[in-house]
This record gives sequence, structure tokens and C-alpha cells, in this order.
Amino acid sequence: MKNLLRYIIARTLLTIPMLFILLTIVFAVIRIMPGDPVSAMLGGHAPEKVIEQKKEELGLNKPLIVQYGNYLWQVAHLDLGTSMIFKQKVTSAITDKLPATIELTIFGMLVTLLVGVPLGAYAADNRRSGKDYLIRLFGIVIYCIPVYWLGLMFQMIFGVWLDWFPVAGRTGARVFVSTFEQTGLYIIDTLLINDWAALWDVLMHLVLPSLTLGLVLSGIFIRLTRANMLDVLKSDYILAAEARGIRHFPVVYKHGLLNAFVPILTMMGLQVSLLMAGAVLTESTFSWPGMGRLLLERIYLRDYPTIQGVIVIFALIVAFMSLIVDIIYALIDPRVRY
Amino acid sequence: MKENVLEIKNLHVQFPIHIGTVRAVEDVSLNLRKGEVMGLVGESGCGKSTLGFSILRLLRPPGHIASGEINYHGRDICSMPQKELLELRGRNISMIFQDPLTSLDPLYTIGDQFLETLRTHEKGIKKKIALERAADMLKNLGISPNRLHEYPHQMSGGMRQRIMIGIGLILNPDLLIADEPTTALDVIVEAQFLDLLNELREKFELTIMFITHNLGVVAQASDRITVMYGGRMAETGTAEDVFADPKHPYTQGLLASVPNIKLEQPELQAMPGAPPDLVNPPPGCVFHPRCPHVMDVCKQEVPKSFQANGHMTACWLYK
Ligand SMILES: Nc1ncnc2c1ncn2[C@@H]1O[C@H](COP(=O)(O)OP(=O)(O)O)[C@@H](O)[C@H]1O
Ligand code: SF4
Ligand SMILES: [Mg+2]
Repeated sequence: MKNLLRYIIARTLLTIPMLFILLTIVFAVIRIMPGDPVSAMLGGHAPEKVIEQKKEELGLNKPLIVQYGNYLWQVAHLDLGTSMIFKQKVTSAITDKLPATIELTIFGMLVTLLVGVPLGAYAADNRRSGKDYLIRLFGIVIYCIPVYWLGLMFQMIFGVWLDWFPVAGRTGARVFVSTFEQTGLYIIDTLLINDWAALWDVLMHLVLPSLTLGLVLSGIFIRLTRANMLDVLKSDYILAAEARGIRHFPVVYKHGLLNAFVPILTMMGLQVSLLMAGAVLTESTFSWPGMGRLLLERIYLRDYPTIQGVIVIFALIVAFMSLIVDIIYALIDPRVRY
Repeated sequence: MKENVLEIKNLHVQFPIHIGTVRAVEDVSLNLRKGEVMGLVGESGCGKSTLGFSILRLLRPPGHIASGEINYHGRDICSMPQKELLELRGRNISMIFQDPLTSLDPLYTIGDQFLETLRTHEKGIKKKIALERAADMLKNLGISPNRLHEYPHQMSGGMRQRIMIGIGLILNPDLLIADEPTTALDVIVEAQFLDLLNELREKFELTIMFITHNLGVVAQASDRITVMYGGRMAETGTAEDVFADPKHPYTQGLLASVPNIKLEQPELQAMPGAPPDLVNPPPGCVFHPRCPHVMDVCKQEVPKSFQANGHMTACWLYK
């Protein structure tokens, strides 16, 4: 236990340099991006003097290193600046949209894991059988399908033809968000006020977007789980467990899958960025009022501070998730904790 | 004569692969008598492990028993239903492997792995009782019961191999198959392990099949010896007979190249020539391309087993 605690503390401290690097990359990328924020704001024909004035207002006339210092200082104070388009703090735009994205990505990840890991494990256990080939084919095909297209198909089939699930937004017309919004995570909000009808509505709205996001990523996890399982199933402790008369199911899943899960987990940490990218696309397909849509809208408007703020938050999420993943890793694998 | 715990009759084991069929075990017949240690020797790749795995039907696909019988106290393992086989494994016959570092699941404590084995075979056994039995077993092995709460990576190779044996013996099986159990250990730990095995053998009335490619180990540990070559039995007899008066030219070559049988023996690499290709084995006697006494008949007909000086030898010289 003491070892575990020490590991968690050390790992948390390691997040700091990682964050630093991520923030620096975001800063650089924003500055390299084509287009000039000031002319985007004022139009191409603004007088020189106005442009200069605006630059000064935004701090863009200062040397890069000073801009960089200011930026870090701001981020450290959880201040992401002010939107250039709307007179609105970037943080307030983000706190508005972030919960929607969190809800979507958590459910998306759940779908990915619940589909990808068991299918991959099952395929490995039945390797070279028809089922194995079918599962692998599914994994490859689903991975190649663009998020947009899968989302549209789902909307058409389950939304329009079958009319099972809503195709856009987080809630239906009869649910008044203002009556429950506290955390912004609607599942929690509706639970807090015991409004089951609203909870049901929220869940129904989550189905198609999280299936879309989750299924696309599940292809990677099918392949990854299968490959890891095949390795693990060859190992001596699996053979030794069989030699002791342990039944097939616990041999394959209790020993096999748990051991295969360790590298899968590491992969999961790395896939968070992919999950974020997928979320951006899913949100715009399903008119999901989250960070992804915010980002796309503001890119269109060239609202640089907001773009930067959203990406900073994505970077924070990636860093935080990889921390969580490593902690779970240590909980599963005793060899890590010391 | 004591009763046979295990009788293997005309066993053939094959691995069909893309370039043909690996005939890993060909026509092996041997008996293990109650309480004896049968040493199975031969150079790497001659089919020793495959023979060991066949006994528990643990062959990995595409490996399979092509023909033959394996009788354990008269019950044929080859035709046994899966359910019966699972009960047999661990309860009646246990197996330990070459690499103790990888034979225990790294994610579970030693106690968990004892517990799992006990619970699988004795439904409804209380956790407390199971752990007490595991602790007793550790004492037999000279390991502190506190170790039950530890993970495999916290232990040395020698200790892990002792624990493997402990888990293997917790259900009181009467047959132990030990596949090169000391190969990964250094010489001192190896000697300690062999002493322990000897002790356990008496305490648990074990019959043991001891697989190794180390002549020193086999000489020290076995009552009888079977020498394998190219998937077939070359020679089998008591340890004294085989070592004092080897009959098969392969065994003779092995022993001649090792003047003093000691524990710290490198891998067998006695004779000139390469081990046979088991996909296209040479016709007749598999050893004939390397045999100094090769005759015409050797290239055409597989030698039968002949009695020579009290033990059996598969060689035309003793017709
Ligand atoms: N899974 C497999 N596929 C194909 N050939 C195999 C397989 N396992 C073992 N063999 C072959 O069977 C023969 C005997 O192997 P093995 O029993 O491991 O030998 P030993 O234990 O004596 O070193 C070897 O020639 C090996 O190449
Ligand atoms: S049968 Fe012939 S080739 Fe084979 S070992 Fe005997 S003498 Fe040598
Ligand atoms: Mg072997």
C-alpha cells in the first residue's frame, strides 16, 4: 500500500513536465497556424494604426517569449483569456461545453471497451476459426469507416427509419435543461433532482453519438486485445494453470485477459487523443453542444484565444487520463508498484 | 514388481505444419512404476516435452496424439472426456515446467494461486482452511508462510520453482511430470532443489517423470532412465545399467563425451552430425546418419527393441 501511494505521488509529479510540454506545443501550433488573428478580426483593409492598436490590446506586439510567459502565467491561473469575437471569457464558453464532451467521451470509451475487449479476447480464444475471422473483419471495417458516415448511417437507420433514438442534441424538446442544470453532466443533474423521465431522455440522446464514437475506436481495441491475448495465451503460466486443472474460462479470462489488459490499458492512455479527435467529429455530426463543436465554430470564426483554450483543455484531459490510466495499471500489476 | 502408475503404449504425437508433419514422438512405449523416478533424457528437440505434455493432453494445436494409449492406473487418458481430464490434472497428475520465472501468474499472489487450485478441485472449501493447507505446504518446502501474500516477482527463481512444486502437490497427486525443472536454476539452487524433490517424493509417495537434457541431473535423480533420440526411444533401463553399460550407440556416444558425470553439465552436444529432421526423418534407424556402427539393415528398417544386458535397446546390433 505504501508503495502504491509512493508510486501515485511520483507519477502525479511526472505529469507536471508532461503538461508543460503539451502547453508549449499548443502555444507553438497556434502561432504556426495559417492566418493572422488581427486581420481576421478587422478585415483585410483596416488602417495600419488600428491594426497596431489591436495588436497591442491583444499583446501580440510583444516578443514571443513574453507572450509565452504570459500564456503560461494565465493557464496557471486557470485563465484562458477572452474571446476575440464575443466579449466572453474563454473559460466560461468552455465550462458550458465541456460537460457535454465528457459525457460523450465516457460513454464512447465504454462502448469501445465493452465491444473491443471482449470481442478481441473471444477472437483470440477461438483463433483461426470462422468467428475469429469475422470479428477481425468487423474490426478492420469499422476502423476504416469515417465517423461522419457511420453517424449518418445510424441517424438514418435508427433515427429516421426505425425511429428508436433521437438524432441530434443532448435533450428533447420537452425537457427543460434550465430546471436541472447544475454540473452540466445531465445524467448526474437529472439524478440529483430524481427526474427519471429527463434521465431517460438524456440517455436516449447519448445512444447514437456514443455508439458512433465508440464503435469506430473499438476496431483498434479488437486488434490490440486479440494480439495481446495471443501472446499471453502462449505463456507458461497459462499452460501451468491448465496443468492444474483450472477450467477453460478462468484460464482464458481470469489469467489471460487480465494479463493482456495491462498493455491494453497503456494503449488506452495513448488513445485518449484519438478519442478527443473522434469526439470533435461525432459532435458535429450529432449537433452535440460540446467542445468539438465549439472548436469547429471558433476555427471558422478565427477566434484564436478560444481555439487555444479548447486545445489547452484537450491537452489537460489527455494528461489527466494518462495519469488515471497509469494508476489503474499500478492497481492491476503488482510489478509496477515499487 | 510394483504396479504401474502410468503405461504409455505405442504413442505417436504429430504437429501438422505447412511444410509437412513434425513427428515429435514416434512409437514410444514406457511404464512408470509406483514410487520410481523415471529420467527422460535426450538432446533438445528430441520430443521430451511433447511426450510430457501428451500425458496431460496439454499439447498446443496443431499438436495432437495421432495414435497410441496413455493409461493412468488403467484409465485411458487419450479417450477421456474433457471433464474427467480436468479433474485428473492437478489432482492426480501434476506438471512443472522449465522456467519458474514465468510459470506463475504475475498478477496474483502466491496464496491466490494455491487457493484457485484448491477451490477448483475441492468445491466449497473454506478460504481459511485452504490457506492453512497452503501455509503447511510452504513449510514443507522450507518457505515462510508469510510469502503467501507476496507476488511472484518478489521471489527468486529457486523459490518460485519450489512454489510451483508446492502448488502441484497441494492436492496430493501420485504422479509428477517435471519438465527440465532445474535447467533455469544455478548449480547450487539446483542441488538444493533435487534434495527437496527427493524428500517430497518420499513424503508424498510420488512417482516422477523427470525430463532433462542434463546427464548429471538424470544420474543423480533417477531410478530408471529412458534415452530419447529423434522422437523415439533409444534405450531404457535402470540408471546403473544404462550408465555402467550403455548399449545404444547414441547413449555410448553421449557418455563417452562426458568423462565425469557432474551436475554442472552443459547441454548435450555429444556427437558429430546434426539432430534429425523430424518432418522428414531418415528411413530406418533415425540415428543411422550419425551412427559409427551403421549397417545396411539400419538404413531400411526401424530397429525393434531388443533385450541387451538387462535393459531394452532399439538397435539392430542386439538382434
Ligand atoms: N507447436 C509446434 N509446432 C511444430 N513443431 C513443434 C511444436 N512444438 C514442438 N515441435 C517440434 O517437436 C519436436 C520436439 O519438441 P520438444 O518436445 O519441445 O523437444 P524437447 O523437449 O526434447 O526439447 C521438435 O522438433 C519441435 O520442433
Ligand atoms: S540400429 Fe544401426 S544405425 Fe541405429 S543405432 Fe543401431 S547400429 Fe546404429
Ligand atoms: Mg523441452
